[in-house]
Amino acid sequence: MKISREDVLRVAELAYLELSEGELEMYRAQIDEILEYIGKLNELDTAKVEPMAQVLSDDQTADATLREDLIVPCAVAEDVLKHAPDAEPPYFRVPKVIER
Amino acid sequence: MSVLFLEFQEGRTGKNACPTRKMHMTANWTIDGVKEALAAKKISARELAADFYKRIESRNPELNAYLTLSTERARRQTDKIDGLVAGAKPLPPLAGVPVAVKDVIGTRGIKTTCGSKILENYVPPYDATAVERLEAAGAVILGKTNCDEFAMGSSNENSAYGPVKNPLAQDRVPGGSSGGSAAVVAAGLAVASLGTDTGGSIRQPGSFCGVPAMMGSYGRVSRYGLIAFASSLDRIGPFATSVKDVAAILQVIAGRDPHDSTSTTAPVPDYRAELEKPVKGLRLGIPKEYFGEGMDAGVRKKIETGIDLFKMLGCQLVDIRMPHTDYAIATYYIIATAEASSNLARYDGVRYGLRVDDDSLLAMYRKTRGAGFGAEVKRRIVLGTYVLSAGYYDAYYLKGQKVRSLIAQDFRDAFTKVDAILTPTSPVPPFKLGERTADPLQMYLADIYTVTGSLAGVPGISVPCGKIDGKLPVGLQIFGAPFGEARVLQLARAFEQAGGAAV
Repeated sequence: MKISREDVLRVAELAYLELSEGELEMYRAQIDEILEYIGKLNELDTAKVEPMAQVLSDDQTADATLREDLIVPCAVAEDVLKHAPDAEPPYFRVPKVIER
Repeated sequence: MSVLFLEFQEGRTGKNACPTRKMHMTANWTIDGVKEALAAKKISARELAADFYKRIESRNPELNAYLTLSTERARRQTDKIDGLVAGAKPLPPLAGVPVAVKDVIGTRGIKTTCGSKILENYVPPYDATAVERLEAAGAVILGKTNCDEFAMGSSNENSAYGPVKNPLAQDRVPGGSSGGSAAVVAAGLAVASLGTDTGGSIRQPGSFCGVPAMMGSYGRVSRYGLIAFASSLDRIGPFATSVKDVAAILQVIAGRDPHDSTSTTAPVPDYRAELEKPVKGLRLGIPKEYFGEGMDAGVRKKIETGIDLFKMLGCQLVDIRMPHTDYAIATYYIIATAEASSNLARYDGVRYGLRVDDDSLLAMYRKTRGAGFGAEVKRRIVLGTYVLSAGYYDAYYLKGQKVRSLIAQDFRDAFTKVDAILTPTSPVPPFKLGERTADPLQMYLADIYTVTGSLAGVPGISVPCGKIDGKLPVGLQIFGAPFGEARVLQLARAFEQAGGAAV
């Protein structure tokens, strides 16, 4: 077995994801099978291989790294707050974070 | 839909209504056809859009391909185009062309759900660059298309708003995740559409619905406004009824965008001019690894006939090896889920979308995400968080990134020997609704021929390559070298012109 019930619980906690009992067991079993399959990557010796995070080289997006640092007006705050679950412009309101 | 839509119809049936409207109702529109009809005043942009809305009204209840219709916005745009025609002004390249946009691509003022309950009421405050460019080129956005939730799926069955049916075989899936965008083009409910491709989500539904569908190189089309799934893989691209129209849409949306630092500065060639260049003498690689076990016999037969057609066109077929192909699914499902788990952290019930209330902030996060995400999305968040977590990062995520290098190297090696690579798009024809939902790994394995190109960042197209028993469409995939879109389109066009869709 690659992944335990405790692993799934721990990961769900990290991801702030509430899972039901049924989901917990279903995902454990399915992800176990997927990880088993993923294990085939160990057939490859990658000791001397560089990891690839993205496909483009820096020169392909050159002006992005060299652009001027300018302030550009955005002005979407009102629209954004209009569609927020709980807003008190100019703020988003959330349940109390700090306990006294 | 109803109120605005009726107003729209009213406009059409007014005194300026087109006397030959019946003819248009059944016409198969192309981009050039629309432009000619507008310029010759055979139809107005508004009448054309109204005709499409009428067809949508009759077909969409069974297909479930559109989630939202943007009638008001369409009307503003058609008025603008009709104004240009009336003033005898030059028409932009996509003037009056009715298009659809996948619901993971942001549209200002138009609900954008990503096929998810967590964004059920999300209305973006800005347009994606691709949408902005389409509209600036004169296209009329009819509405937003159904898709797998956050583009995660290969059958469109993971949408929170129900599956899309394949217009060519209604007991079958349209493919995914851009199932709605493929279906609306195949059913004549839009002239072209935008989809997104992370592991095959444009090409595979294009194959399943029998329409050409293109993913440009990573960086070719701006991702600004595309709601992120896996940022190092996500790409926006077109569906249309012909390769020529696919090229016309790509032409408009391609190119550097200062809002996306991963969009490249590489110049955009004139794709439509390149289209007609002869393909004779081009070297086409046939990778052995894409023709192994697991391919449906009917698909194999069509693809082999399709490859023969290229031979008849004077292309040279070259047997090549791409030895890391068999590791692509495992690599893809590490990298894509890792990036997804990070990207989807933003849905926390604070700034947009669903919130499930609770007294504590953390409990509010957990409940909102637990209730708002569907089964496949939660599965991928758990897997992606796991492969990134302490103690497993090196074994899974880093390993995946290293194998990604090997897969990209396979492509680089191949393109030293050949001009393009031919493969099937999918190992199977469109399958029945519900047939594969119980086993996620089996669903993932069907992405085998498409995820490779996603990981390597190369462009790819799926072009129709016959139908099994005259019914189930097969797609042939053409991969090009990075930024070799023109070559890919040119080959696809030659194949289409030579009767590829009827092999």
